[in-house]
Amino acid sequence: MPPFRIGFLKRKINPDEPRNDTTEEEITDIKSDEELIKGDLDGGSDAADSDCEEEPVESDVERDAVLFDDSADSVLGENDDAEDTDESDGTELSSSEAENSDENNSEASESENSKDSGAESGTSNVQSLPNTSGQSTQRSNRRLSQRKATVKEKVGAAERAAESKQTRDQIDVLSERISAANVSTQPVQQRDEYESGDTSDEEDRVNTAGDVPMWWYNEYPHVGYDLDGRRIGKPPQRDQIDEFLRKCEDPEFWRTVKDPNTGQDIVLSKDDLKLIERLRTSQIPSESHDEYEPWVEWFSSQVLATPVRAFPEHKRSFLPSRGEQLQVARIVHALKMGWTKTRRQRARDRRRDKVKKFYDLWGSGEVEAEGGSGPRARPVPAPRRPPPTHAESYNPPPEYLLDNKEMKEWEKLSETPWKRKYTFLPTRHAALREVPAYPRYVRERFLRCLDLYLAPRAIKMRLTINAEDLVPKLPSPRDLQPFPTSESLQLRGHTGLVRSVDFDPSGQYIVSGGDDETVRVWETSTGRCLRTVDVGGPVARVLWTPASGLSLVAAAVGDELLFLNPGAGVGAHRVAERTDELLERAPPQHDVVMDERTRACVTWHEVAPDGELWARGVRIVISHFKQLVHLSWHAKGDYVAATVREGGARSVVVHQVSRRRSQLPFRRAAGLVQAAIFHPQRAQLFVATQRAVRVYDLLKQELVRKLRTGAQWVSSLAVHPRGDHLLVGSYDRKLVWFDLELSGRPYQTLRLHGSAVRSVVFHRRYPLFASGGDDRDIVVSHGMVYNDLLQNPLLVPLKQLRAGEPRDQLRVLDLRFHPTQPWLLAACADSTLRLYT
Amino acid sequence: MVAKKKKKFSSGEGAQFMTRKAALKKLQLSLKDFRRICILKGIYPREPRNRKRAQKGAGGIKTLYHTKDIKFLLHEPILWKLRELKVYQQKIRKARAMNDYGKMRKYFRDYPQMNIDHIVKERYPTFIDALRDLDDCLTLCFLFSTFPSLNKVPRDQSLLCRRLSVEFMHAVIVAKALRKVFISVKGYYYQAELEGQTVTWMVPHHFAFQPQSKDEVDFKIMSTFVEFYITMLGFVNFKLYNSLNLVYPPKLTAGFSSKSDKELVDEQAYVAERIAAMNLSVARIKGANEAEELPEIDIFETEDQDPQKLEEAKLEAEKVKKLKTLFKGLKFFLNREVPREPLVFLIRCFGGEASWDRDHFVGATFDESDESISYQIVDRPSMDKQFLSRYYVQPQWVFDSVNARTLLPINKYLMGAVLPPHLSPFVDKTKDQVYIPPEQRALNDPEYKPPGEEDSDEEIEEASDEDKDNQDEGDDTDDNAEDALTKQYQDELAQESNSDVDSNDDMDDDKKKLAKEKKKNMGVKTGVPHKEHPYQKEIEDKQAFKLRERLVRKKHRNLYKSMKAGAEARKKEIWLLRKKRRLHDEKAKEEKKVEKRKEKMQALETSM
Repeated sequence: MPPFRIGFLKRKINPDEPRNDTTEEEITDIKSDEELIKGDLDGGSDAADSDCEEEPVESDVERDAVLFDDSADSVLGENDDAEDTDESDGTELSSSEAENSDENNSEASESENSKDSGAESGTSNVQSLPNTSGQSTQRSNRRLSQRKATVKEKVGAAERAAESKQTRDQIDVLSERISAANVSTQPVQQRDEYESGDTSDEEDRVNTAGDVPMWWYNEYPHVGYDLDGRRIGKPPQRDQIDEFLRKCEDPEFWRTVKDPNTGQDIVLSKDDLKLIERLRTSQIPSESHDEYEPWVEWFSSQVLATPVRAFPEHKRSFLPSRGEQLQVARIVHALKMGWTKTRRQRARDRRRDKVKKFYDLWGSGEVEAEGGSGPRARPVPAPRRPPPTHAESYNPPPEYLLDNKEMKEWEKLSETPWKRKYTFLPTRHAALREVPAYPRYVRERFLRCLDLYLAPRAIKMRLTINAEDLVPKLPSPRDLQPFPTSESLQLRGHTGLVRSVDFDPSGQYIVSGGDDETVRVWETSTGRCLRTVDVGGPVARVLWTPASGLSLVAAAVGDELLFLNPGAGVGAHRVAERTDELLERAPPQHDVVMDERTRACVTWHEVAPDGELWARGVRIVISHFKQLVHLSWHAKGDYVAATVREGGARSVVVHQVSRRRSQLPFRRAAGLVQAAIFHPQRAQLFVATQRAVRVYDLLKQELVRKLRTGAQWVSSLAVHPRGDHLLVGSYDRKLVWFDLELSGRPYQTLRLHGSAVRSVVFHRRYPLFASGGDDRDIVVSHGMVYNDLLQNPLLVPLKQLRAGEPRDQLRVLDLRFHPTQPWLLAACADSTLRLYT
Repeated sequence: MVAKKKKKFSSGEGAQFMTRKAALKKLQLSLKDFRRICILKGIYPREPRNRKRAQKGAGGIKTLYHTKDIKFLLHEPILWKLRELKVYQQKIRKARAMNDYGKMRKYFRDYPQMNIDHIVKERYPTFIDALRDLDDCLTLCFLFSTFPSLNKVPRDQSLLCRRLSVEFMHAVIVAKALRKVFISVKGYYYQAELEGQTVTWMVPHHFAFQPQSKDEVDFKIMSTFVEFYITMLGFVNFKLYNSLNLVYPPKLTAGFSSKSDKELVDEQAYVAERIAAMNLSVARIKGANEAEELPEIDIFETEDQDPQKLEEAKLEAEKVKKLKTLFKGLKFFLNREVPREPLVFLIRCFGGEASWDRDHFVGATFDESDESISYQIVDRPSMDKQFLSRYYVQPQWVFDSVNARTLLPINKYLMGAVLPPHLSPFVDKTKDQVYIPPEQRALNDPEYKPPGEEDSDEEIEEASDEDKDNQDEGDDTDDNAEDALTKQYQDELAQESNSDVDSNDDMDDDKKKLAKEKKKNMGVKTGVPHKEHPYQKEIEDKQAFKLRERLVRKKHRNLYKSMKAGAEARKKEIWLLRKKRRLHDEKAKEEKKVEKRKEKMQALETSM
């Protein structure tokens, strides 16, 4: 009987189980002192329990469908039973009697027997086959019990203690058999011994549907046909709720499987499970199979008295093969010669080859001279990582630790960590053992790797100069004295903006005019106001005549140009008189010829000597068609160039005082004229328009050159006393120096001011120039012009002088140097004149 | 005949550069292989001078490689190897797909190795070149030597890293080349001077390896780098050992052999372990004369070098010579809790002997009970059993001593003491506008005493501190200096003028008298030199400089501005650090005072 049948066999016995249990318990009580078997006993009882509980289900199934005409419950187990019955057929009666008689007494002996049988169980099948009958009753009885035991043994090899229970079973089974003996009529002897063991046709007996998918029967009330062609009914179908309930209630649910052929539920016994387990772990199904049986060497060197086989040994069994010999010889030779290697050698070699070999790669250090640029582009070495600072220390100085404020900043930048001051948080550890591993270490190394192969590289020249080196080296101001260094005098008296100031040619007097409609004359040395002339309009410009021996001031008041004689109170008495005389004498009429165009825009008015104007000092009045903005005397003191606001082509008017006539030098408008100035020596006129300065030759009446200032809006213009350098101030904070000998482009553009430049001026004797505007400071600079044409002018800003308070964002409106002293006079917007010495 | 129109971007910058995509197409490589070959060959993208032109007019930012570089790659034999590998991998893939595992295993077994020795030679034509570029190599190798076997990092790679890094450390020990060390929060920094090249590397603290998320770290890339670095470091080690007359691969000295004669199971592993312990010197080449000292350096008088520099160089050489024998004849015992490897490396580098507990690590040479031990490095607050014959110092003492190039007094570093700050030796002291902590200043000139360290009379201390603080303020606030100067000067002027006014009042009364006196005094007198006020001079100079600043050329104006801004920022930084230090010191002093007072009170109470 194959071992996997055992479990099924057991099911056959099920109906008897409850009874068995009681007996079993009794027996266990009796045998409880046998420690050897304790554990196994429990196991047995388990199996019994499961059988017991299994029963109702089984009966349920049976009730619904009549399947088997045999008395057997289990289809599978029946055969075994039959076998058993067959084997013990002849002796059953007597044995049962015997057993009954000495039931209690024989227990011990039974157990002994069973133990024996357990030991023999491996071979019991084989042995039991030949001897079937014709044995003594005792013997057969034992055999029967043995056989039963074998069945049990196959369930669990160690389960020997359950023997007593089994004997009980056997007795019941026997009694059953006795009752069933008349059913089986076939004599044992005539049956094929393999028939009972052959399982292949068992299935057929149950369901002859064949190897077809069972779902074919889904729609039918049956699942197939038995051997007799009768339908095998389906057991009642359970829905999921039933399944579930069963699952909850039935502890055997997990070991219940459905037989697909019959639709029956089969509860797997413990032995079945064990069997399955063994199959799953790919062990031999039978536990009793001994894998390590003693080996019987049938074919050995020992010559037996009788040969095992009937034929003689073949020749090649005792003669070595020639071919093989040659082959081996060849291999041995190859190995000897080192032509081939053994597998082990090959593995060793492979291992050896895997170990990297290092050698002197660079040799003696000679490098092949690389020609030219080489095969690859010029390598750019990767920059090294910056070395660690104190902050990175595990125990940094306390000042490197972040305080509360910095910590807040740190946390604020948690979203954008690259903006933080450090890549790590400076932390203090009291001891080296407290320093943890840096969590970002691997990441940082990885980023470095990325940098090395992914970041674009370029060679950037780094400046190693100091910032100070970019500042031009210039001589110290101390070496360039004298220049005005501090404010020494404030002349107060004007009540409005002071628009313009000027020194008289000797430098003794100052004349100033402003928005308070007065022209004032001051004494330089004392700062006293000598005279105030009310001119009846805001004064745009006052200029003292450059001619010595005359006391004449040109003042631009609205659209009128007034020539004032400051009077006897100012300066020498005789000079004033002479000036009056000069002006009194009117020029010959034939000389005073003005063309129509000029006459249309300029009118000369003589002032009557006894009039009120005369008393105020006004000698000549020239009225223009528009407002005057700028005046400039010719060096000789005869001509005055007046600039008219928005005059178009008639912006510049040149007046000749001695002849009392005017000229309009330009036919066409060159732009918005800001100022016009005479060349100090030559007959040239500098005309500053908004962006450029034009130089005109007055004799030839042509444009000499055009100087592009580069400024957006020129504000003022000054000519160096030598006449070959020009300084232009602009509202866009620039100060442009032109070297007329050099080029028409600026020699230098100075940005010394923070806001608009309104006035620039040269000193007549010293190499100084000054500029002022809406800035806080007036800047006095050194502007040295050399005789040597090859040497460029030297420009050094020297001193910042604090100007007055601002009014309407204006500060300094006009600047003038003293003709002989290094003194600077500024007309300030806060209605003062300031003298810096 | 009309000349053929020149195609755009066929010369100049447009032809010089190549996008990565174009490079891939040209080389017929996958991006993965291209990345690998770029890493191995040291090819990197370039930043063009004019990106628009370099990208042939295309917008955006592309990765640009130099065309020459790519053409250079085209001739690389490794390229073919990579292609072969690709085929080989296909074979493996196929075997796996066919469930032919035996074949697959065979393929894996015979996986072809790539030889990149020639690339090392090509990238570093001389040994010096290799040394110059050793920083990243060492740092990465030291990191990898701590790695477990990872998916992308083969085990033998990290093992080889370990072997090579230990070998390198041995070379540094024998060459006595270590110069600077530093413990940072990230790890240990070392700087060695090999063949005149400074090599700086970093070793992580213990347990540096932490699992990294996939998008944070790509170990494959790092592993490719390490593949090259291993080869490079191996050759560098070989050369170093050769030049130091050592046997390569390192062996222990002949005197050393396993104590028992019994056969060792794996002698190689046994020796490797002892070599890794770094406690024993490695074998020299036979016949090489030992202890070869460098000859005295002759100094030639050259015109361009000023004598001060020469003197400095001489002094430096002297110091280095001293440093090399800093720990000579000293025996150190390392406690269990002390990081063994860095300390043994340091001690052995400067001629000391080190040992540790036998159970802690292999290779211990003497026991704790050895009486000749002079220093025991401990990192715990107290110890039960102490020997009187030795000092118990904290590990920082070793590091600080090396950086100071002398054996520092141990009183600040005793067991359980609060350690002084550990300063970085890498901060360039020669640069201006660098903050120097007071501890370092104290090291540089012994006369300087860092504030907050004196524990003499409190009042005196305070006074001196205040002085110092004032000085500090004067030093650091250059900005305010000017204002302060002007103010001072103006005050003086005002005083003068006041006195003048006073005299004027008098004059009203005694005008005539004075005039008479003046007349009397009229005459020629010896002139008194006009003494210019120093403050005024300074102010004037400042003002003049400010004016001159405006004359900076337009071309340089932005540069000048940024340089000025940088200087300003650095100044501010220094100011901030000074301020923080001052506040800290004040606070510490206050605490000390309170503590002292408390102690006094307690003492009084107890006496009462």
